[in-house]
Amino acid sequence: MIYLDHAATTPMRPEVWKAMAPFGSETFGNPSGVHGVSRSAKNALEESREKIAAIIGAQPLEIVFTSGGTESDNLAIKGAVLNASPRQGLVTSAIEHEAVLETADFLKRLGMPVSIVGVDSEARVDPAEVADAVTEDTAVVSVMMVNNETGTVQDVRAISDAVKRANPETLFHTDAVQAFGGEAVDVVSLGIDLLTISAHKFGGPKGSGILYVRDGIALEPVIHGGGQELGRRSGTHDVASAVGIATAVEAAQADRERFETETRAIRDDMERRLVDDLGEVMVNTPMTGRSSHHLNVRFPGIRNETLLMLLDQHGVAASAGSACQSGAATVSHVLEAMGLTPDQARESVRFTFGWTSTPAEAVEAASIVAGIVSRLR
Amino acid sequence: MSGGVDSSVAAALMKDAGHDVMGVTLKLWSGPGGEAPTAGCCTVSDAEDARRVAAQLDIPYYVLDHTDDFRDGVVDRFVHDYAAGRTPNPCIECNRTVKFDRLLSRLDDFECDVLVTGHHARSRVSDGTWQLLRGSDAAKDQSYVLSMLTQRELARTRFPVGELTKGEVRQMAAGMGMRTAHKPESMDICFVGQRDYRGFLRDIAPEVFESGPLVDSEGHEVGSHEGVAGFTVGQRRGLGVALGEPRFVIRIDAGTSTVVVGRRDELSVERVGLDQVTWTSGSGADGPVMAQYRAHGDPVPGWLTDSTLIFDEPQEAVSPGQTVAFYDDDLVLGGALIGATQ
Repeated sequence: MIYLDHAATTPMRPEVWKAMAPFGSETFGNPSGVHGVSRSAKNALEESREKIAAIIGAQPLEIVFTSGGTESDNLAIKGAVLNASPRQGLVTSAIEHEAVLETADFLKRLGMPVSIVGVDSEARVDPAEVADAVTEDTAVVSVMMVNNETGTVQDVRAISDAVKRANPETLFHTDAVQAFGGEAVDVVSLGIDLLTISAHKFGGPKGSGILYVRDGIALEPVIHGGGQELGRRSGTHDVASAVGIATAVEAAQADRERFETETRAIRDDMERRLVDDLGEVMVNTPMTGRSSHHLNVRFPGIRNETLLMLLDQHGVAASAGSACQSGAATVSHVLEAMGLTPDQARESVRFTFGWTSTPAEAVEAASIVAGIVSRLR
Repeated sequence: MSGGVDSSVAAALMKDAGHDVMGVTLKLWSGPGGEAPTAGCCTVSDAEDARRVAAQLDIPYYVLDHTDDFRDGVVDRFVHDYAAGRTPNPCIECNRTVKFDRLLSRLDDFECDVLVTGHHARSRVSDGTWQLLRGSDAAKDQSYVLSMLTQRELARTRFPVGELTKGEVRQMAAGMGMRTAHKPESMDICFVGQRDYRGFLRDIAPEVFESGPLVDSEGHEVGSHEGVAGFTVGQRRGLGVALGEPRFVIRIDAGTSTVVVGRRDELSVERVGLDQVTWTSGSGADGPVMAQYRAHGDPVPGWLTDSTLIFDEPQEAVSPGQTVAFYDDDLVLGGALIGATQ
């Protein structure tokens, strides 16, 4: 099986699993305790926090451990809006992950002012449009750094600057789930207040993420309880999970330059082969300002449902949009926001590469895709 | 694979016979907010049952989205038929337009040879001609809902459980440890669920309900109604009139929004105009047939001539919009929709 769905999840790096293993029955303590068993666990937890902070340019206490990208997005947005400050509004974009858009919808139903900014045909957000939507009532703006479906990269710094000029009190959050591991992520140079990353997108465990919260920012917790993570996220720490994400962050950072150049070359090669072999292929991923590992293509006249099934039958794993509760593929809201019709969105397939991808895989996958598409035409 | 025991066993039988099997569940209907149905047929938990059986049989499993086809071919037609004073059978329209048309047309794309379902019916090829027969278990026979199939469909469909009784099917499923072995059958229309169809119609197409008069067969007004869509020929309840002896709906005239009620003897129908006539083996011949005009009724003798069916004996409660299937003993000859009745 040639796995080209790394945007959905990635295999765990061997060193990650190895680093996590002792935290099952050896260093099993609850970090919030007095005795030595707790302290060993606490040490490992804080060491993990420090590693992550150092790599993204943050202070350790600005790192909150969560259960993943979705929870981090929820905490950033709900936390900012509900923290009882006078500002209650949210501005976000039409191409965000459902973790942001559904949260936005929830807040809208609660009566908060919510503004959704559109995008251009490349799924690019215009910083000026975002700034225009910011009012004195806007608590937080959330725009993702790299889009999970198309791989469009936003100019986060420019958006952040525009937001701060419009209202210096407004917080800026970016979901960097698809960015970390490929793009350089440094919270200071990006000028952001809140940042989400998720371990399982770069070789770490599932169910593990962090939210970076710039010092001085108060968030209303989403999960209330024992007050762990300085009151921001209650619940007994999953130390194995924290060690896992820290190990993965380190590994991904060490691998970043290789990943950026090699994975980009592999993705570009697959794109070239598909266009050369098949001719009528529309590429939804923008030509410039694209991530190193996403390739979203449209095959006119071919249902993505059929293509994905056949790809599965022929040993290539890819995806389209997201799966609904029953397992059927839904129409991508990102592609629709870019101006594609529902029918065109239903002809689009996403291939995403990762830390295990090789040049040979792109060659073979392109050949399999071309063979199936030619037959279906 | 609907998640029911019949399609589960059908998949198992094909796999045991050495075929390469792929299981699919059709996504046909979402609620108003796009949510999957949780009551009636083909719910999310049904899809989960199908997925589990597929995993148990170690066959690939996919969910296919046919919501557009279903809405156009089945739901819209359902509304349109009731508005026109007909009584539709949406499960038959689903077979006609979605399962054995849209889905069947994708077989080649899927690199598949045949479509297999869990219907209790039998098919076989004899001298190059395909035949459709009643299932072995007379009480569970579903050939009636397949009576629109022709050679084109029969050549690429298989009905493996038709040779078994329902009891044998359940036994097989239980023997394989399938959780669906004792799952009760769903009798509901999948998009209506457990509520009354009138409630569904009021939600989705309230404009369909236009009040009008209830009249007797001489045209005298005996009452009023809130919409022809709420009535079926042969219906006795809900007429809102008290005229001494029982009254039945004998005719619906949607054009004038009139419902005609009468005595039981006025329900008799002698001849039926037929629409969308199909023959399983090409063109049919006029002449004597056994006609089954209800899903669970015995066939009765009649004579077919020029798209008209003449019953040997007058029949009661023959509803326009329903299907009549033609049999020669266990062999299905063809089917049609009931049009005008006399």
